[in-house]
Amino acid sequence: MQPEGSITPSTLSVKDLLWQISWNKDKCSLCGKCTAVCPVNAIELGVFRKRIVQPPADLLKPPPAVYKTYYGIRQKTDPAYNCVGCAMCNLVCPNDAIMPCRSDEADKQRFQIDRGGQPRRRGGRRNAPGSILDRMKFIRISMLTDPALDAGRHEFELRTLLGRVLPPEENLEFLKTNGWIPPVREIYPLIIGGMSFGALSPTMWEGLQMGVAYLNEVIGMPVRISTGEGGCPPRLLRSRFLKYVILQIASGYFGWDEIIHALPEMKEDPCAIEIKYGQGAKPGDGGLLMWYKVNRLIASIRGVPAGVSLPSPPTHQTKYSIEEAVAKMTQSMYMAWGFRVPVYPKISGTSTALAVLNNLTRNPYAAGLAIDGEDGGTGAAYNVSMNHMGHPIATNIRDCYLNLVKLGMQNQLPLFAGGGVGKSGNLAANAAALIMLGASGVQTGKYIMQAAAGCLGSESDRCNICNIGRCPKGITSQDPRLYRRLNVEDVAQRVVDVFLSFDTELKKIVAPLGRSTSLPIGMSDALGIDDYNAARRLSIKYVV
Amino acid sequence: MCRLFAISSQKPLSPMVAMEALNVMREGHDGSGVGLFLRDLAGPFEDIKDAPILSGIFSDKGLKRLDSFMMDVGFMTKYKISIKVPKTPPPGVPKRDIYLIRAYEYPEEWDDVSPAERLERLLTIRLQLRAMGEEKKDMIVFSFWPDVIMIKEIGDPLVVANYLKLDRKELYARVIMAQGRQNTNYGITLYACHPFFLQGFSTMTNGENTAFIPIRAYLESRRYPGYKGYESDSEVFTHILHYAMAHLGLPLELYKHIITPLQDEAIADHSDARFLKNLKQTCRQLIIDGPNCVIGCLADHSLFMVQDRKKLRPGVVGGKPGQFAFSSEICGLDAAIPDRDKLKDFQPMHLDTVIVGPERQEVKICSQKDPLPLPH
Repeated sequence: MQPEGSITPSTLSVKDLLWQISWNKDKCSLCGKCTAVCPVNAIELGVFRKRIVQPPADLLKPPPAVYKTYYGIRQKTDPAYNCVGCAMCNLVCPNDAIMPCRSDEADKQRFQIDRGGQPRRRGGRRNAPGSILDRMKFIRISMLTDPALDAGRHEFELRTLLGRVLPPEENLEFLKTNGWIPPVREIYPLIIGGMSFGALSPTMWEGLQMGVAYLNEVIGMPVRISTGEGGCPPRLLRSRFLKYVILQIASGYFGWDEIIHALPEMKEDPCAIEIKYGQGAKPGDGGLLMWYKVNRLIASIRGVPAGVSLPSPPTHQTKYSIEEAVAKMTQSMYMAWGFRVPVYPKISGTSTALAVLNNLTRNPYAAGLAIDGEDGGTGAAYNVSMNHMGHPIATNIRDCYLNLVKLGMQNQLPLFAGGGVGKSGNLAANAAALIMLGASGVQTGKYIMQAAAGCLGSESDRCNICNIGRCPKGITSQDPRLYRRLNVEDVAQRVVDVFLSFDTELKKIVAPLGRSTSLPIGMSDALGIDDYNAARRLSIKYVV
Repeated sequence: MCRLFAISSQKPLSPMVAMEALNVMREGHDGSGVGLFLRDLAGPFEDIKDAPILSGIFSDKGLKRLDSFMMDVGFMTKYKISIKVPKTPPPGVPKRDIYLIRAYEYPEEWDDVSPAERLERLLTIRLQLRAMGEEKKDMIVFSFWPDVIMIKEIGDPLVVANYLKLDRKELYARVIMAQGRQNTNYGITLYACHPFFLQGFSTMTNGENTAFIPIRAYLESRRYPGYKGYESDSEVFTHILHYAMAHLGLPLELYKHIITPLQDEAIADHSDARFLKNLKQTCRQLIIDGPNCVIGCLADHSLFMVQDRKKLRPGVVGGKPGQFAFSSEICGLDAAIPDRDKLKDFQPMHLDTVIVGPERQEVKICSQKDPLPLPH
């Protein structure tokens, strides 16, 4: 039997959608700003026909059919145009007449967004609010037996080391005999994690760099920023600001032609080289820059043609084993800068992290290990990778630290933790918890986007369209009409605000614990959690 | 809080000098325990300076096990002090069978063993005895070292001292360190009682060590047999001292640079900036965060005191040529050396290490900003 109606399997009602537009006819001035700003064209001008019933006094006569037309906003229900909940419509509406509301039940659009056999891809991070890090408390409060320190008045030195730190015996011996001591950087323990020029808009990238430069040169905080895999603008490579930058190299080697050619002209060494083997948000996937974002500027920095998608391979194609990776890549990177720049790998959180770590401990060049947990963010990935692949950072970092302790190398190979740090807004508390679990420092990207540029993404599947270059805030877009919404100076100022407030909060955490002279790396006696199994697993205190 | 007292005197002194000094400072401690360290001994030990002395507390059974163990190794008793105590201990002091102080003759088989190796073996034996005691709960061993006696007990210092009759000629010494208060932060155990001792190095500390857990983890992972115990968070101060001097071969002046390094800006201005920067980085896990006043003693009979980076604990040094004392409070100093020039009393601050050398003629003050006495 032929179907008579036009209902297809993918026909959805507004009720079926995750984000449903609530529009108030009384308030709407029909200015059209909301439809113009919507990054996914989820709403359009709607013409509505409405019958008005006006019963006549004479009941014997039938009521006349009076129809009126009015104009307003209609939400599209085609899955290709589903509202992403960014609420830019609400932001621009002069009368607060419109707002997206989250469905009160599981949506049906999720079953329909693989048309053409293409699974959903998006930006953002795992759609799972909350984090074990948020549940950790700092319980070793100095009381009576030792006076708590004053976060406002005492001196603090909350810096960390990035680089291979030789054990004391070797270090002192090499000092005496003029032997080679691996380069070690003293840096601030909060690093802006790798977000590439390309994934981020030019205004966002410049704002971050300006903020970092200000923090270093005016405030005196040795903050460092990783470039992500997308190269580095030529002017920055040849400027004194390069020393605040960690150059990342990943499996696509994007931008490295430019970097290598700039080597003879560099005024400063970069802070470090980060070799990315994996990303917490999408383990096993390489970086991905969709073609919409590859404009001429991005293409020239990366050394590729414009307008093509740039998927990095999931692994470094030239290597088949970690021994080779460490030997080939780490050492050749050291060599490129005359053994003056620390080189370290970044991996995604994995149950095999210990194997990586153990290998690094046997190589005298590895300058650290960065581990990116499952809650990390990304500019573009398959939804399934983001939601279901990866390893939580807490146990990964703890296991690695305790393994280093077992080997007696906890000071030699610094661990850096990333992935969901500050996910719920608790940046300092999350960072402090990771440091006390054993991290030497933390990397954060998403929090910086949210705090320094107003990224709208959340773990409730809001916005998350970084991949298509339509970022309504201009953070992850290469479209000048969008990224001009972002003022470079404002971003820089917010970066400074974020670091200064983080610094105060970190002091507010460590001072009551009686710590100020050094970062409390591995001070696990200060940590407690109200989950017995988590406490046992992390070797911290169970408190209720 | 703890109260500390240490004295270095050309003329041998009774341990009661220290006990009385602790007693005048008793407002500052809770009288829950006492630890005593005696070195550069006079009396009968004067003539047997090389003989290792075992200090500890034993039950009757434990003593038998000790005797058979030491006999097996080949040690012969050379001299012993018998501390006879009244049948009933004073309130707060546990009943013990034997407080042992016994000097031994080295086994004949050790005749060809180098002095350094001998000392390593003494450590091994002490650790074996400690393990035996922990297993059967019948012996507690504080030290096994030439020219060193240690006594520790729970209770009020002066009460314990009178009970043990410490005012005896045999216990006269030229270097005395004493601390009042049992460590009460964790379980009451005599192994948590200061001063601590390891291979000639001894320290005692006033204050909590907030960085204890990472420091302990670091020391334990050095795989040195002596770095164990840690019933008290203050024991790490002794072991860091041992690590710095015995293991890394650094002079005492560098101890403070390890536990409380200068801030980066100050290091940059220091004449030994490169060395200090490397030291700070490589010994990062040994940085303490106070609040601590550490008083210690070296094998050459030097006494020293250092404070934490913020100088959050009291500590004063004073005296006269031939006799200098370190004390938590000035009243302790007054009790021990009343006839000193008080104007010369010195309270070390956050950058200072004060040292009274074996000659006992002056107080040497080293600032962390001074050039380092490094061998060239």
